[in-house]
Amino acid sequence: MILAADGASLGFPILTAIVVLPVIAAVLVLFTPRRNPEYAQLLAGAATVGTAALTIWLLSSFETGEAGFQFVSKQTWIEPWGISWHLGVDGISLFLVALTAFIFPLVIIGIDPEREHKSYLAWMLLLEAGVLGTFLSLDLFMFFLFFEIIIVPMYFLVAGWGHEEREYAATKFFLYTMFGSAFMLVGVVATAVIARNSLGYLTFDLIEIAEGANFATSTGRWLFFAFAIAFAVKVPIVPVHTWLPLSHTQAGHRSVILAGVLLKLGSYGLVRFGIYLFPEAAFWDFTRYLFLTLAVIGIIYGAIAATMQPDLKMLVAYSSVAHMGFIILGTFAFTEQGLTGATLQNVNHGVSTGALFLLVGWMYERQHTRMIADFNGIQTVAPIFAAGFMIVMLSSIGVPGLNGFVGEFLILLGSWDTARWWTIVGATGVILAALYLLWAYQRTFHGVPDEKSKTFPELKVREAAVLLPFIAVIVFTGVYPKPLLDRINPSVDALLEHVEERTDLVRPEPEISQEQLERAQIELEEEHGEEELSTEEGSDEGEDE
Amino acid sequence: MAELVWLIPAFPLLGFLVLLLFGRRLGDPIAGYFAAGMVFASFVVAAAIYFDFLGKPEEDREEVVTLFSWLPVGELQVDLAFLADPLSIAMCLFVCGIGGLIHLFAIGYMQGDPKFSKFFLYLNLFVFSMTLLVLGENLLVTFLGWEGVGTCSYLLVSFWHTREEAATAGKKAFITNRVGDWGVMLAMFLAFATVGSLSYNALNDAAESGLMSGVAATGIAMLLLLGATGKSAQLPLYFWLPDAMAGPTPVSALIHAATMVTGGVFLLVRINPVITVAYDWVPTTIAYVGGITALFAATIALAQNDIKKVLAYSTVSQIGYMILAVGSGAYVAAIFHMITHASFKALLFLGAGSVIHGMHDEQDMHKMGGLRKYMPVTAACYIIGYLAIAGVPPFSGFWSKDEVLLYALADSVPLYLLGLIAAIITAFYMTRQVILVFFGEAKWESRANEAEAPEPEPTPQSVGAAVSDDPDEAAPDGGAVTTHGAHGEFKPHESPPVMLIPLVVLAFLAATAGVLNLPALFGIPTRSQLKLEEWLHPVIEFGEADIKSSWAYENEYLLVALAIACVAVGIGLAWLIYSQKRIKPWEPSFLANGWYYDSTIAKFMGGPGRAGFQAVADVDRLYDRHVVDGTAIGVRETAGQLRKGQTGNVRQYAGFIGLGALLILAWLVVFRGIL
Repeated sequence: MILAADGASLGFPILTAIVVLPVIAAVLVLFTPRRNPEYAQLLAGAATVGTAALTIWLLSSFETGEAGFQFVSKQTWIEPWGISWHLGVDGISLFLVALTAFIFPLVIIGIDPEREHKSYLAWMLLLEAGVLGTFLSLDLFMFFLFFEIIIVPMYFLVAGWGHEEREYAATKFFLYTMFGSAFMLVGVVATAVIARNSLGYLTFDLIEIAEGANFATSTGRWLFFAFAIAFAVKVPIVPVHTWLPLSHTQAGHRSVILAGVLLKLGSYGLVRFGIYLFPEAAFWDFTRYLFLTLAVIGIIYGAIAATMQPDLKMLVAYSSVAHMGFIILGTFAFTEQGLTGATLQNVNHGVSTGALFLLVGWMYERQHTRMIADFNGIQTVAPIFAAGFMIVMLSSIGVPGLNGFVGEFLILLGSWDTARWWTIVGATGVILAALYLLWAYQRTFHGVPDEKSKTFPELKVREAAVLLPFIAVIVFTGVYPKPLLDRINPSVDALLEHVEERTDLVRPEPEISQEQLERAQIELEEEHGEEELSTEEGSDEGEDE
Repeated sequence: MAELVWLIPAFPLLGFLVLLLFGRRLGDPIAGYFAAGMVFASFVVAAAIYFDFLGKPEEDREEVVTLFSWLPVGELQVDLAFLADPLSIAMCLFVCGIGGLIHLFAIGYMQGDPKFSKFFLYLNLFVFSMTLLVLGENLLVTFLGWEGVGTCSYLLVSFWHTREEAATAGKKAFITNRVGDWGVMLAMFLAFATVGSLSYNALNDAAESGLMSGVAATGIAMLLLLGATGKSAQLPLYFWLPDAMAGPTPVSALIHAATMVTGGVFLLVRINPVITVAYDWVPTTIAYVGGITALFAATIALAQNDIKKVLAYSTVSQIGYMILAVGSGAYVAAIFHMITHASFKALLFLGAGSVIHGMHDEQDMHKMGGLRKYMPVTAACYIIGYLAIAGVPPFSGFWSKDEVLLYALADSVPLYLLGLIAAIITAFYMTRQVILVFFGEAKWESRANEAEAPEPEPTPQSVGAAVSDDPDEAAPDGGAVTTHGAHGEFKPHESPPVMLIPLVVLAFLAATAGVLNLPALFGIPTRSQLKLEEWLHPVIEFGEADIKSSWAYENEYLLVALAIACVAVGIGLAWLIYSQKRIKPWEPSFLANGWYYDSTIAKFMGGPGRAGFQAVADVDRLYDRHVVDGTAIGVRETAGQLRKGQTGNVRQYAGFIGLGALLILAWLVVFRGIL
């Protein structure tokens, strides 16, 4: 793998700015007067919009076709332990950073917490900084810090601004993630200490360890699983998924963040700190088949469980389990298409499921219920709201032309060669996705509105302003995903090369090679030419008769 | 000229976008005329390319137009590209031509509907998707159109979603189609793994040159067949189509008769070289799927009472003929029958729509009768369509059905018999329908006194009477719209010109479309023979079966005579039963209920299927509450017990330390032998 430590740079530590800006804003928010929550809101909004603007700059200056890390900034932090402030972005993390930076302002502007604005906004900003830091860290220790920091604001956001069972949900979320983190802490420290044996010095630097260190086979596998358990909880992979539906339903509007961004920490971690750091262990048959199988179980199980949920939010939450299953399937397919698709699907899922949660959240705001049975005939009273829901739903179902399809298709196409049976079973997820979403849509939006649903207000301007960017991304990515793919693919390619060098991974080739086909096509054309001549002669004779 | 092929989908897309932004402002009926205009514009482009191709030598009649790179990932390079060739242009001509006529008809039919512009918005989106389907240069662009038409079908079937029946039917259509789509997706993966590309040219060339292995070809063909059974409503996935009749009638005509449902047939014709190099049992399977479906659906049609349901089952049956043709290697006949079927079935559906409109939303044929006096134009057109579908010479259906049967016999006798028996039944049930609706005594005169109304379609009624009922409001009780009949002054009326003109044009097509591909029989000038075969030759030459030396081909006269005799038997029987009433009708309930196929599936899905799904959801909840929480609580309790040891009593701690030291010492002495 090429290390572009000096890839693109702007002469300005843009990544550091992206991470630090929300933290500064979080601190400042605490000093705003309690009586005027609008100051806090203005400040938080400005900070998140500023971060988003920085991300646009990042996107536009990102070097397309470059595989390595770009905009790297590295400052020694704790020298004796080899810990440094090391940030960098590549095709795998780029769009996750962008997704995070765009979703936060929309949620902060679009949703009113209703009470205790100050602490709410401070927690939100801290959460954003934590997530961005996690996606950008190239140092094991820093990664761990950011990964853990996230749990704190998330706990308080769920417990403070959630619904009826919020304490239970927050505790469950906390325990689940801490359970995974405990393993990861051991993994982080052990990785650095053991890597010292082959590197000769102690460092927590991800790139140095991944490129230079040699782990004994079994050591590497133990370490991989120490990380993988933490990530599996975050994704979540069945059977450690049960925190998700509960947290989603109880988190109120924060579920947009939860689904849009937090789950990706797990799937991103598996790629960056699983496959990249421990290629042998990740490609080991046992690991591969374990994750592929759990992924497919997740797809089917999540979809079936989603079908029978009486609560709209639970339904979307379980659909997340299914969608994340696709991402894991693509990740452990170890093909260019699979891994590129998985990376893209991370973003797609964030957008579509994020938007679905947003819509369901607005439905809750209107009627104070999430139960499917409490809605009917909404399409008649609020056709624009219904149309928005329909587009987002079709994206989630994976209809071509919208973003969800691109990711799912690449994932399944990529996994066909290396994991055929898993693909065949996993692909039935597209049937089930149509089943649970269309059934839910029919029960809530179709039919004749009853007394209660008749008063359902139409989409408000503010809501439309929040929803439109989501729909724009959904359509754009579905119709023209090339700009995204062109940036993701080189990094994925380099990662696979990295794995190839260290394992016996062989990339699948088509049964018939390009050259064979081209040669055959030329021959066919020649044959046709001759045939044309002879038939023409033949038909002439025929007419003569 | 052919490089302008992108204009064909561009016009309906433009129509969709304009209607999306300004549809409500354009309103009724301008939005409708605008949408129809867009479709006719596409038709003009397609026709221009057709004439351009005619002037070129056969091998130059192909043009690939690439718009942009769509999915470029490593080896996978999929372009958003169109393939203009004889097959796709032929498809575009009839899709846009008949589609435009149906748009026109819909302007009259949907008049007064509050969602008028939305209806045409969906219709244009549908035509856009359908043209993508047929123009796709690779499987993925076709799939984009394929799913697009499926989505539009969902939106349009459940257009009057306040009726539960319509909402459910839309959902059922989409989900059933998804089962087939699963097959198409897997076929694409297999195709990519085989040739490293999804383009039709690569696939077909690999097959023609012999590079493609029989296994791979078999896999691709069978998976696409699964997709075709979904989209083209064949066994085992046909059962969504009859329910889809809950949509507005122009939708039934356009999507569920003329265009979308032939998508599966088109796809199989498109990849005919792959089918040809697949194992021998693949075409045989395809042929039997089609033949059995043709017969199966025909038997159901003969016991239906709803005018649209008869046509729906008849569509399933007629597409069965096309699939039978594909399986017998008669690709030209498949496309020929597709085109003739599109014209006469669209005609029949629109005619049925006109009847329903004129009867104020009555769909039960037993409550019609004698309508030819009240709706002369509709009746005349309908009867032409009837003669075409029944296979009466010289109407179009006769020629195309005959060609399918010819190739079927050349393939195998059982296939021929399936098709022939289905042809008798077709003539029978269509005669029954025409007699019940247009002849005999008028049974609707007593209707005013009847209380029960059998869930008719809530047509937006406002012709004559200025009732601008919101169907959303009126729909829950569809019968409420039919207020005109309630006072005993009920009288069927003829439809307005905007609805009749498309009928007349379609009737002309249904009568004459046979000239597209007249057989090589005595009395037919050589120049007019087999024009379609000549046109499609470059696309199908590899796959088309050569039957010139078969017994069937040499005795084609005999087959024609036999076919005419069979049609006569079917018509005659129906005439004796329903017109002369010499024989008691035989309409057993197992046929009326479609051999209980659909209801068995519905019972399974609603019963054990649903219970199984519920069980999974329950297991998940129990797993969380007991296993996960149980573990957490277990840990807490263990920790609580352990905490009790932390008494803070220093002497106790010292005691434990001493005890521990002793134990370690003992262990060292006893087990390790140290001392």
